[in-house]
Amino acid sequence: MKYPPGKMIGALRSEFFDQVIKHDSVWMCVSCYACTEFCPSDIPITAALMTRAKEEMLLAGNIPSELQAALENTQRYGNPLGESPRKRADWTTGLQPEVNILGKTRQPVDVLWFVGDYASYHPRMISATKSLARILNALGIKFGILGPEEFSDGDSQRLAGERGLFEMMVQKNGQAFRKYKFDEIITTDPHAFNALKNQYPAMGVSYPVKHYTQFLAERLELLKPLLKNEVKAKIAYHDPCYLGRANGVFDEPRALLGAIPGLELVEMSHQRTNSLCCGGGGGGMWLDGFQWEKAHTRLSEWRVREAVAAGADILSVACPYEPPRFEDAVKTIQDAGQLKVREIAELLAEAMSI
Amino acid sequence: MKIIVPVKFVPDLVEELTIDSSGVTLDTAWLRLIINEFDDHAVEQAILLKERGGGQVIVSTVESEGADDFLFTAAAKGADQLIKLTGDFAGVNNHALARAYSGLLKELNPDLVLTGVQAHNDLDGSLGPLLAEFLGMPYVGYVSGLTLADGAVVVRKEYPGGLIAEVEVKLPAVLGIQAAEQPPRYIAYSKIRQVMGTAKVEERPVTGLDLEGGVTVSRMFQPEAAERATMLEGDANAVADRILAIFKEAGAL
Repeated sequence: MKYPPGKMIGALRSEFFDQVIKHDSVWMCVSCYACTEFCPSDIPITAALMTRAKEEMLLAGNIPSELQAALENTQRYGNPLGESPRKRADWTTGLQPEVNILGKTRQPVDVLWFVGDYASYHPRMISATKSLARILNALGIKFGILGPEEFSDGDSQRLAGERGLFEMMVQKNGQAFRKYKFDEIITTDPHAFNALKNQYPAMGVSYPVKHYTQFLAERLELLKPLLKNEVKAKIAYHDPCYLGRANGVFDEPRALLGAIPGLELVEMSHQRTNSLCCGGGGGGMWLDGFQWEKAHTRLSEWRVREAVAAGADILSVACPYEPPRFEDAVKTIQDAGQLKVREIAELLAEAMSI
Repeated sequence: MKIIVPVKFVPDLVEELTIDSSGVTLDTAWLRLIINEFDDHAVEQAILLKERGGGQVIVSTVESEGADDFLFTAAAKGADQLIKLTGDFAGVNNHALARAYSGLLKELNPDLVLTGVQAHNDLDGSLGPLLAEFLGMPYVGYVSGLTLADGAVVVRKEYPGGLIAEVEVKLPAVLGIQAAEQPPRYIAYSKIRQVMGTAKVEERPVTGLDLEGGVTVSRMFQPEAAERATMLEGDANAVADRILAIFKEAGAL
């Protein structure tokens, strides 16, 4: 990274920030919030510097092509993967009882589950999404999803510099929310959680929102008796940036894992506020090729090595960006061969035999 | 230098395509249209020419889903004039489209017409050569780069096998763009929204389509799955021998 945050601030002060914008090093930033967390001068580096720099670079057309495709897909299809919006609820096929798609049933629910892009469409994530649906059913939760009316939360796109696109997503999701009756929103995706909690209200879309680990942790006493199946493994929990560092949710996911019989929780050398990013945020999900060319090293591989060093059998995660990223890293690291990557929902479902 | 880019929209393959009850055309209930990718490159090439040597870029489309968004995006990239042909374009083919566009182009009198070299739904030839014919202009297709000369352009034309020819074409001319010199640029959404407030789309009504020269579709159908697979067993040499025998039997060798 030719211009890390310190040098960027130096460039601003010395009035040659235009050099920074002409260069592409800002695209190495994955908006993990580590710099913001540790800045001794309390400068909101991620939001006020990195995101703003990315906005300037987008306006100047300085953008790697992978990221361009993800942004154009979001604009056209409502998701960065470029999948048909009509297929957003296809993951529900086969689930019994059928998942309540609000536009079809128009029934009021207690909980609106904002599923998110990767949890809806990514082939690796669909099993985790289905696991959560089964868990919610087992707990008797009256929930519904927007399905094809759900648009990308837009948070990663916002952090990648596309403020305008983010605002469009807020508008469209807000329109959908207003049509239905529900008491709270839960989400599988920490990026959506961050957006709905911290960004949407300023734009007039304000609902109580929880990440699914918080929602389930609240119901731990109901959940515990259902966790009958032993899952015998050493498990390292990876704090996702947008759940942990950015929003302070560290204990609830660990409480859920702690309730699963047979699991032994080990901590990696980076954890909680200094957790290592998987590399997916701030546009990073769509900058892998670019970042590999520049750095020949991957954040996801670094993290997988830590899990192996901690003696973990399972690397547990709570964000839909992570399983594909960590599973790919497991494939490229020699000693990581047996390490499994599992969403918390998948582990709970396994313990519940559902 | 006046450059005109006439474009067309084609079925978006992200959605599943189904055939309607007539059996000869696509069902339009869930059909979405997207800019022909080669036309997107034509717009980019036109903007590049303007940036290098000045001039005026006019982008023209037919009334369609996504047409306005596309025109505004072109304006945000630097297009000077936006024209939309309005009317009933159901059942349009490239001959009819070329006739509709040539009326407009004759009036505007361009130096250069850039259009995508092909589109995935072309049935009756591509738009470029037809336009050139109706305008009485020369046409060169599979162009991936061009430089301006005096009263002419020198284009890089791609041939199969990695061959490239440089062809000098006297203006005015029609070029079929294979690829712009750089991929279509990204425009931040806030810029597009800004342009929507200021840019104007001129509407030109088109009455009646002349489909003459087009083709009649007798049947449209999904590829029919047949069962004809043989698994070849044995070591690499045995399998290779068998493959050669199969190719000979089939008359391929």
